Amino acid sequence: MAFISSGYNPEKPMENRITDIGPQHFTEFLQPVIKKNFGKWLYHEILEAGVLKHVAESGDAVYTVRCGTARLMTVTHIREICDIADEWCGGYLRFTTRNNIEFMLEDEAKALELKKFLNGQKFSGGSIKFPVGGTGAGVTNIVHTQGWVHCHTPATDASGTVKATMDAVFDQFTDMKLPAPVRISMACCLNMCGAVHCSDIAILGIHRKPPIIDHKYLDNLCEIPLAVAACPTGAVRPSKVEIDGETYKTVAIKEERCMFCGNCYTMCPSLPLADKEGDGIALMVGGKVSNRITKPAFSKVVVPFIPNNPPRWPEMTDVITRILNAYSEGANKYERLGDWAARIGWERFFEVCDLEFTEHLIDDFRDPAYYTWRQTTQFKW
Amino acid sequence: MAKHKTPLLDQLESGPWPSFVSDIKQEAESRAKNEKGLDYQIPADCPEDLLGVLELSYNDGETHWKHGGIVGVFGYGGGVIGRYCDQPEQFPGVAHFHTIRVAQPSGKFYTTKFLRDVCDLWDLRGSGLTNMHGATGDIVLLGTQTPQLEEIFFELTHNLNNDLGGSGSNLRTPAACMGMSRCEYACYDSQELCYNLTQEYQDELHRPAFPYKFKFKFDACPNGCVAAIARSDLSFLGTWRDNIRVDQEAVAAYVGGEIAPNAGAHAGRDWGKFDIVKEVVDLCPSNAISYEGGKLSINDKECVRCMHCINTMPRALRIGEDTGCSILCGAKAPILDGPQMGSLLVPFIEVNKDDDYQAIKDVIEGVWDWWMEEGKNRERVGETMKRLGFGALVRAAGVPIDARQVQEPRHNPYIFWKAEEVEGGWERSIDDFRKRHQR
Ligand code: HEM
Ligand code: HEM
Ligand code: HEM
Ligand code: SF4
Ligand code: SF4
Ligand code: SF4
Ligand code: SF4
Repeated sequence: MAFISSGYNPEKPMENRITDIGPQHFTEFLQPVIKKNFGKWLYHEILEAGVLKHVAESGDAVYTVRCGTARLMTVTHIREICDIADEWCGGYLRFTTRNNIEFMLEDEAKALELKKFLNGQKFSGGSIKFPVGGTGAGVTNIVHTQGWVHCHTPATDASGTVKATMDAVFDQFTDMKLPAPVRISMACCLNMCGAVHCSDIAILGIHRKPPIIDHKYLDNLCEIPLAVAACPTGAVRPSKVEIDGETYKTVAIKEERCMFCGNCYTMCPSLPLADKEGDGIALMVGGKVSNRITKPAFSKVVVPFIPNNPPRWPEMTDVITRILNAYSEGANKYERLGDWAARIGWERFFEVCDLEFTEHLIDDFRDPAYYTWRQTTQFKW
Repeated sequence: MAKHKTPLLDQLESGPWPSFVSDIKQEAESRAKNEKGLDYQIPADCPEDLLGVLELSYNDGETHWKHGGIVGVFGYGGGVIGRYCDQPEQFPGVAHFHTIRVAQPSGKFYTTKFLRDVCDLWDLRGSGLTNMHGATGDIVLLGTQTPQLEEIFFELTHNLNNDLGGSGSNLRTPAACMGMSRCEYACYDSQELCYNLTQEYQDELHRPAFPYKFKFKFDACPNGCVAAIARSDLSFLGTWRDNIRVDQEAVAAYVGGEIAPNAGAHAGRDWGKFDIVKEVVDLCPSNAISYEGGKLSINDKECVRCMHCINTMPRALRIGEDTGCSILCGAKAPILDGPQMGSLLVPFIEVNKDDDYQAIKDVIEGVWDWWMEEGKNRERVGETMKRLGFGALVRAAGVPIDARQVQEPRHNPYIFWKAEEVEGGWERSIDDFRKRHQR
């Protein structure tokens, strides 16, 4: 491997340097019909699951075929996607917020043909490369984080839990049989890079053991005041320990105050939390971000802990499908999962989903907890 | 012959959903073959080592990635996230495996030319693995080594005419819904506003000077396709002030069954005949709709613009014409003090390209100046707002006080009156007081 220079000269870093140009303007990338009718769209229809038709004031129509992807994708795969876009769509495509790919065409018959073609493309292991779906009253692709693939704080894997979940709810991706859209999101630690706190169903990696303290190295690797300041509950304080006759500057942790957020570890690598038995998944439900009918809402924890059981996390997918089925049977048309649960009452929700309500589901974290307790005698038996 | 045995990961190759394991394997194969005869600038077997280290995590139930450390390109504080494997001897291909965030075009529309250029760059100088896209919205290129960083940046800016995104305590890469490109609900041009602010604030994006991260997200209507209200420190949600446009003929077509409700979103299941009273009138959260004698009327003064009726009958109902956006402030995930939804700071503001969005920039800069002054280290603006009060934020943003900013008025009378608000001020003489009250 010989180093190839692209033209950058480390001796003169400022020579020819281009900075702060941002992304290219999006109009460079718009498919011609889209560009022509920009801001002049009249209405849309979902022709079949995964196939959209948008009609503009001019009478022009554009047909979109939407397919799911594993968002972790290789350049070989992206080139395959480009080949399809070149052959069918004049070299244009887009990605959705939820990591779906959209191919846009001007001809309805061709769009339906493309759907067939995409559903027929398989990876060597047998999975579908570009399953078409993710529209309307169904489950669309899962937004998720990095997990064991690439992050230092995860309590579980992201790509694996997502693959297992999407396999389990695949019918809801390719059909539109649910009462309303169901957005599933995944984040592998409480940092929630994926911002799962407002999803119909949220898969969240959690730790359950306080950090292990690497006393001998802590002072070399970390700024102790930063580690102390990082703790939201004030559980970390400066301390000294003696090991083999030597005194080390380090920290002490009030373990009963720890809520396992990993903030201290982010500040200080000598405070790892990861642990095979301690780590796993919490499931949250009932959040939404749209203002449609009801207000945006936070997700609520309904299962405090499910152990990590890779590669397929069967206990997790079992609960998710149970919740989806109960919702599908019980909810009214247009009613989001959280609205359904609130209507029937959360005590009833636990019953119909066959979930255990435990002490861990009663909030005890700071002021907002109070607003989740019941201040009325209106409840159901 | 695969470099590492991955019996657990192999189980993720079956099932219908696209398998990232199969994909990484095909990349490993392609790099091993190296048909184009590339002089790979980082180890060619890094995809295999990534599978190896992931399999190890599946066995151990623990991650094998270490902290970042300081890596980056000259003059930037963000855009690159350092990453090292904690088993470098077993997996030398991914011993150093930094992430690059690349600014994505607004709305994530692409030409294949651009994507192929990214692929070529990442083939040669990176692992060949990407996230399309990261949770914040950027194109995320996974896995390269420190000596490649400047080279990648050089090629990105010189050949691809594109910049890095943000990371660290700075403005993160802003993200927008597809808005006017293809959505009839767009109340303003979310992509253009996103692009304009991204360009305007390049310095804030690349050189961390904030107490903590800061995110803009742009949803061009209250449906919220990029979840701005839940995920961004300042959320820009499209809205309108006048009337929903009604096409009575199309209403009749929905009632008559000629057009499927909700654009066909419920086609997978037989929900029975469309019932406009049950499905639209009765579900309007503000009881603003009536349907009598075959005519739909909307009392627009009472409408809270939830989008339900429009979503349900997109061919009959359209958003109004006096459009702009609402600005909400302070959304964040639960760390540290619990999750926060954006709170409504500006009920309505014009989105005016002609004056370069000055009104919006004034609000942004007011909030930033205040937060940079008052915010503690690693405190999101939503937390500063909670600590110092929403009133302080409203003042800082320089926007008028408005009943729309609250769900309901305060529950306690602990009002922090200021001396200048009280007749005669706070300075009083105890001697005067004692003239009226004995000790
Ligand atoms: C008939 C009503 C609706 C229409 C026509 C509609 C339209 C769209 C369109 C065009 C997209 C693609 C935009 C993009 O990815 O940038 C989209 C995505 C999305 N929408 Fe909606 N939307 C509707 C209702 C809703 C509702 C009620 C919600 C949430 C409660 C919602 C949440 C989302 C989300 C989370 C995405 C991202 C999905 C993905 O990327 O696959 N939408 N919607
Ligand atoms: C050194 C520490 C951290 C690292 C390396 C890190 C890494 C990342 C990465 C890689 C992403 C993009 C994720 C993706 O695209 O999948 C991200 C996004 C995000 N991170 Fe972190 N993170 C760190 C600390 C934190 C902390 C402390 C918080 C919260 C207090 C946090 C909250 C978030 C959120 C909310 C997002 C994205 C939300 C969005 O816009 O979608 N992160 N972070
Ligand atoms: C600023 C301080 C105070 C606050 C925020 C406060 C708040 C309240 C509230 C919310 C109630 C319940 C009202 C209801 O159920 O309708 C209440 C009731 C009451 N408060 Fe106060 N209070 C304050 C100070 C006081 C003081 C200093 C006294 C005594 C001198 C007092 C005497 C009472 C009594 C006797 C009741 C019961 C009235 C009833 O049940 O009929 N409060 N207060
Ligand atoms: S959610 Fe946590 S573990 Fe997952 S990518 Fe973000 S910081 Fe890493
Ligand atoms: S994990 Fe969180 S709560 Fe526990 S000690 Fe660390 S910072 Fe504090
Ligand atoms: S947020 Fe509104 S305008 Fe933007 S894509 Fe979604 S539905 Fe359309
Ligand atoms: S947009 Fe919502 S609030 Fe307004 S009339 Fe329609 S259903 Fe009612």
